Amino acid sequence: MARFGPHSSEGEALQHRLVILRVGLLLVVVLLGVRLWYLQIREGPYYRDLSENNRIRSVILEPARGLIYDRNGVLLANTIPSFTLYVSLEDVKDRNVLIDQLANLLKLDPVFVRKKIMAKGSKQLPRKVKDRLSLREATLIESHRLDMPGLMVQVESQRDYPSGVTAAHLLGYVGEVSPEQLERPEFSDLHQGSIVGQYGVERFFDRFVRGQAGRKSIEVDAVGHARRTVVVEPPRAGDNLYLTIDVRLQKVAERLLGDEAGAIVALDPRTGDVLAMASRPGFDPNILSRELTPSQWAEIAQNPSHPLSNRASQGQYPPGSVFKVMMAAAGLETNTVTPTTTIHCNGGYQFGRRLYHDWKAGGHGSVDLRRALVQSCDVYFYTVGQRMGIETMASFAHQFGLGEETEIDLPSERIGIVPSAAWKLKAKNESWLPGETISASIGQGYVTVTPLQMASLIGTVANDGVTFRPRLVQAVMNRVTGELQQRPTVPKRTLQLRPEILPLIKEALAGVVKEGTATRAKSALISIAGKTGTAQTTALGKEKRAEKDIPKKFRDHAWFVAFAPVDAPTIAVAVLGEHMGHGGSAAAPLAKELIETYVKLMPSFSASATNSLVAQDGNVGGQSAR
Amino acid sequence: MIGRTTNSASVDTFDLRFIGLIVAILGAGVLSIYSVTYDQNAAFPFYAKQVVWILLGAVAFLAMWLSDYHQIARLAYPAYAIILVLLTVVLVEGKSSRGAQRWIPMGPFAFQPSEFAKLVLILTLAHYYSKAPRVGWLQRVVWPGLLVLPGLILILKQPDLGSGLSFLVVYVVMLLMVGTRPKALSMALVFALMLFPFAWEAMWGSLHDYQRQRIMTFVDSTYDTSGKGYHALQSRIAIGSGELTGKGLHGGTQSQLKFLPEGHTDFVFSVFAEEWGFLGALALLLLFAALIWLSLEIVARAKDRLGALLAVGITCMLSFCIMVNIGMTVGTFPIVGIPLPLMSYGGSATVMTLASLGLLLNIKHRRLSFF
Repeated sequence: MARFGPHSSEGEALQHRLVILRVGLLLVVVLLGVRLWYLQIREGPYYRDLSENNRIRSVILEPARGLIYDRNGVLLANTIPSFTLYVSLEDVKDRNVLIDQLANLLKLDPVFVRKKIMAKGSKQLPRKVKDRLSLREATLIESHRLDMPGLMVQVESQRDYPSGVTAAHLLGYVGEVSPEQLERPEFSDLHQGSIVGQYGVERFFDRFVRGQAGRKSIEVDAVGHARRTVVVEPPRAGDNLYLTIDVRLQKVAERLLGDEAGAIVALDPRTGDVLAMASRPGFDPNILSRELTPSQWAEIAQNPSHPLSNRASQGQYPPGSVFKVMMAAAGLETNTVTPTTTIHCNGGYQFGRRLYHDWKAGGHGSVDLRRALVQSCDVYFYTVGQRMGIETMASFAHQFGLGEETEIDLPSERIGIVPSAAWKLKAKNESWLPGETISASIGQGYVTVTPLQMASLIGTVANDGVTFRPRLVQAVMNRVTGELQQRPTVPKRTLQLRPEILPLIKEALAGVVKEGTATRAKSALISIAGKTGTAQTTALGKEKRAEKDIPKKFRDHAWFVAFAPVDAPTIAVAVLGEHMGHGGSAAAPLAKELIETYVKLMPSFSASATNSLVAQDGNVGGQSAR
Repeated sequence: MIGRTTNSASVDTFDLRFIGLIVAILGAGVLSIYSVTYDQNAAFPFYAKQVVWILLGAVAFLAMWLSDYHQIARLAYPAYAIILVLLTVVLVEGKSSRGAQRWIPMGPFAFQPSEFAKLVLILTLAHYYSKAPRVGWLQRVVWPGLLVLPGLILILKQPDLGSGLSFLVVYVVMLLMVGTRPKALSMALVFALMLFPFAWEAMWGSLHDYQRQRIMTFVDSTYDTSGKGYHALQSRIAIGSGELTGKGLHGGTQSQLKFLPEGHTDFVFSVFAEEWGFLGALALLLLFAALIWLSLEIVARAKDRLGALLAVGITCMLSFCIMVNIGMTVGTFPIVGIPLPLMSYGGSATVMTLASLGLLLNIKHRRLSFF
């Protein structure tokens, strides 16, 4: 065999080739080393993120909304556990397939499911597809989880309103935060699928009631099975609210209106506390808090009777003769009239070429201020208004809180209209006509008010000129600390009137019930003072027709404002019945019945609201510490 | 005729370094296998089995080291014939797993002939080239090529692309080492080019879908992360997310939570790199490089043609497997399914690799013999 070794020619050739192999080896090692450096050092943080995304699934833990109670601790808005379906997009292989499967399984509209799944938002957060799943639906989902990776059923607290339609406009309802809302700073810490108050107290106090979402991070394996929970940041339940309303009084107010459209507001004039606030027709907040299909929504929103509108704070009506309460005070303060000034009423007031009628065809004869209020004489106030002028009227109307917000704890309050020359120029680009002052004197023409403003107005009179901001929520309880925070009663303004004026007016208003237009409000239980109003909705022809002959939608709105008891008022009421006709016949009896109910419930009102709250606070705190 | 070595009994520092490197790499392998399979509910978890394979491999290592490679090489042809038979048996009777039929069940274990075929092929070719001065391209290229072909076809039929490639590499490297004259080489190249369309057709056609996809995704590994590029991407994520110091033992979320498939076999390097970071991965890479460097040293010191050829074949085959495996885990090579020598779980591969390394030491120890 030939010699073989480093010194043979073949051996030398081999040595030569070995050098190439060694250089090649070093090259490959350097290449792989550089690649490792690139992956682990340069791109390391990027791959670290990818590996975290691989294993961590974040689940939002929705907070339970705060509970809402009435002044006596009756639960008005509760939370009940329910199933919610989420989809974790990272685990979904084919979204289109999933959308079809889900739509099939839950009998949903595929377009709806697609909208939910494709909603904007962080890819890491699961998408909420549907809440309030039935037990059957939840079971169905669970049994299909293996074929449909990424589905998660969570137990969450859903809003429930145990008394249904009662106080619906006050409580409001909840719903998913809309994409538009999400762009606003107040909702910045929310995400698609978050539940927020969309109306009423739910909306106004949303930042209290909402609570704070928690977050659970779950480590999952490659198949999407949960291995362990990494971090739990528990959700913080929302604060509880204690309203000022008495649900029993509220129910009576709603029952009194019945099927009529209208509103009833009852305030405590001494504090501004809202004791009842009814608006009809109403709605069931339980239904509105569910996800409605566009057609369901349209049906409610486009209902001609506007059930969603809170007529108490959002309905704007001409005040009619209720306006005379303010006119009387203004006339006396400006010395336009004195208590003894008499004006002759022959049933009409001639101004220029037009005759302004009194409601009473023959007229009231010679009337002083008291009689003018008791009889609701139009001619007397035409005269006062004409003498005073629209600007003075407007300034007094503003003092009484008209044309501005009462600042109640409700969203989208309307302010009505206090007309003036400047207003008309701005709103209609027309100059003020002298005759319009005369219409305005009796609360017709351009003047509009809300029932809440009227309740506040009569409450101000009852409370000797001090207006309190209406208070709907008396206390907020932090559910974590159990701390009960009282909301203050806020005196908003004091009427600038000579001290003898309001007692005069109050006495006259007592006369309205005793002997005047509102005798149907006379009660055996309690002394009541008030003022009727009948607001014309359309300029009817000169000829007077029997009321029953007029189609409903052209009939007058019936007003009655009242307070009781006369000498130390503790309740102020405004009743508005849309197209219910005369205030004295249609509205006054409702106010009377409400006040009588209030009297019967009186014992619970005599104790201060705070005391009753504290008394059952321990009980409530125990319930909520879950 | 063949002399005994003068110092075969003594172990020098070279041997110690060589064995030390092997032990270190084996340790890293067992550690990584343990890390991903420690919570397995089996009487014999993978890491324990791997220790058994290593012990078996150690026996093979010693046997190969202490015998004479000339005598072993004499058994090359019959051994190759047996391997061809076994490869045929695999195709007929074998146990399949993930679309490939590679194992012959033997009691509780399974035997993978294609792993042993690599070593036997090296022996066979070394034996062929060393027996006579092979001249002319027919003797140098074609005959040995025809020798390789049946084994290659049987392996590709399983299909086992990784082993097939190793086969080709062994052949080409041996061919280059014995040296081809420019004329013979160019003839071979022309021949190969002419055959290429047919070869491509045959190669591509014989590949399974998953193999084609693996090769396709190498071209663009990011285009479908949940499907075909999944392995490549998850492996890169595992390695990259290890960053400088790694996530620690059992801390590798990619491998522990099974995002990275085959953590104990083909992607064991990724597991190690995820848990021990850039520092660990680089150290491991250097261990492998050092082992190859020492192997090349043995090639250089080989005292005869047979020894040199055997050493070259073994070194190149192992280097190829190491580089391609690491390359595929870091995303610089396509995923072809080659296990990482000394680290990936697997009885046949472990025993074969240790036997090959024992043979290398055998060659080194016989360099001082004379004729």
